[in-house]
Amino acid sequence: MNNVFVYCEIEATTVAEVSQELLTKGRKLANELGVELHAVVAGTGITGKVENQILPYGVDKLFVFDREGLFPYTSAPHTDILVNLFKEEQPQICLMGATVIGRDLGPRVSSSLTSGLTADCTQLEIGSYDDVKTGKHYDNLLYQIRPAFGGNIVATIVNPDHRPQMATVRSGVMQKALYDGQARGEVVYPDVDKYVPAEAYVVQVIERSVQAAQHNLKGAPIVVAGGYGVGSKEGFDMLFKLAHELHGEVGASRAAVDAGWVDHDRQVGQTGVTVHPKVYIACGISGQIQHIAGMQEAGIIISINTDPDAPINKIADYVIVGSCEEVVPKLIKYYKQNSK
Amino acid sequence: MSLNIVVLAKQVPDTRNVGKDAMKADGTINRAALPAIFNPEDLNALEQALRLKEQHPGSTVGLLTMGPPRAGEIIRQGLYRGADTGWLLTDRLFAGADTLATSYALATAIKRMGHVDIVIGGRQAIDGDTAQVGPQVAQKLGLNQVTYAEEILKIEDGKATIRRHIDGGVETVVAPLPVVITVNGSAAPCRPCNAKLVMKYKYATCPMERTGEEPWTALYDERPYLTLNQWSVADIEGDAEQCGLSGSPTKVKTVKNIVFQAKESKTLTGSDADVEGMIKELLDEKIIG
Repeated sequence: MNNVFVYCEIEATTVAEVSQELLTKGRKLANELGVELHAVVAGTGITGKVENQILPYGVDKLFVFDREGLFPYTSAPHTDILVNLFKEEQPQICLMGATVIGRDLGPRVSSSLTSGLTADCTQLEIGSYDDVKTGKHYDNLLYQIRPAFGGNIVATIVNPDHRPQMATVRSGVMQKALYDGQARGEVVYPDVDKYVPAEAYVVQVIERSVQAAQHNLKGAPIVVAGGYGVGSKEGFDMLFKLAHELHGEVGASRAAVDAGWVDHDRQVGQTGVTVHPKVYIACGISGQIQHIAGMQEAGIIISINTDPDAPINKIADYVIVGSCEEVVPKLIKYYKQNSK
Repeated sequence: MSLNIVVLAKQVPDTRNVGKDAMKADGTINRAALPAIFNPEDLNALEQALRLKEQHPGSTVGLLTMGPPRAGEIIRQGLYRGADTGWLLTDRLFAGADTLATSYALATAIKRMGHVDIVIGGRQAIDGDTAQVGPQVAQKLGLNQVTYAEEILKIEDGKATIRRHIDGGVETVVAPLPVVITVNGSAAPCRPCNAKLVMKYKYATCPMERTGEEPWTALYDERPYLTLNQWSVADIEGDAEQCGLSGSPTKVKTVKNIVFQAKESKTLTGSDADVEGMIKELLDEKIIG
């Protein structure tokens, strides 16, 4: 009762990295609250294959649901598992990845339980809350902090009266770390049919193709990112050249992705990938909070922008006032000339 | 088979093109600086609905939106593109809704419509980016859901075959009707407004949008299709407790205009000397290799 739960997402028998990141965060929250960290995973043929990818992150109790039809993921069976498990376990917090699966499952579960859900949180903290209308005071609530309104503001959301307090978090926002403290590490294998009625398996996945990521933007030491100021798809070719020279990866702002100049999976920001590179080169990016939330922890930030007052310049170490068209080729040229 | 299709659509502030005047000095949002638009992914959803209507003669497409009276514009935008009808949920009691209270209102309105085969909307709205309302409507209606759809490939034997985006790839699923579908921005763009339909519907309004002084008021008696459906909480026989602020489990504790820790930055020009100087500095300090 009253514990912190993390829903662990899988691809076949591999646990998603975002789930491990959330286990680390969940462990910290559980310690702060003085409760246990529990994890739940559901798939097909996963028994004996997923436990070691989950327990080392400080899990006290792991629920493994293993049955035909639970992989590939479909909404209804996974919803039934969480809803019925949560009715028994009464967790106070439930975290899941803000992935396609987490964003399909989270709202369905929250609606079933009439509990609040906050999507794409960038910070999770524990704190108190005073409801000004009712005068009620609450301790130990989950602060679900996220940019809102296209990233122009940052809101702290609380769910005072409904449990579990649910939140999704994007991959890369939290950092995973094996837990060096003590955790119980109990594993249970509940009978899936007691949680999921047969008619829940009604949506069929008839074809599926998943490719390993084409790039490692999330872990790249150097990111060359382009925004609306890059101006065109061809402009991005130049960024790819620079990234290639620097052994980095290309990222993009939402505006550039929306313009169709670069693939969606390269979007950096609150609704995309969060990066922690040594060097972040922002080309023609104005720097909405939405974007900055995904790259502010970069070591050195270089901003290339025709506007000397672009918001991103405030957090940049180097500001080059100029157009990408002009400056990016020079970066390539002088890097080639001066590096060995 | 003919299909009864409801498109969920939202009028949103255009948060994609926020200029420097979007925030007021006191840190609140300057709504006047942000034009209200048709949520982009809802347009992708409308296109899928209109295609189904073409493929399945006798089908109807209606838009359902919730908002202040001026959100009637969303219904007109749908009618201009080929939708048949629309409903505006508008009532002060709906105000302040989080996603759960919103989905309660939408689901309750859909129940009021009678039989619906497909409920389809954008994956998410650009003012909240939550992607929650679609699945929550599905849950409240007790229907299956298919999110992140890119194309409805066919509807046959009471089942929809849908290609959808997943992390790192795509998959094709078959789901029995009725079903709730949310459409991803990577789906086909929506067709433009049709000039004839614009002529036909340009005076179509919800009663609350009218002042009564319009020179064309007489038209509303002659042409009933110019009066759009407008529903309050009472009209959908909704429970006011589950609507708006009171029906929202999430509360906003604080909102702030975040100020990032400004750094001491070096400002350079794009000249060869400046660019080369910076590259040398980064190489010397082994920041780049």
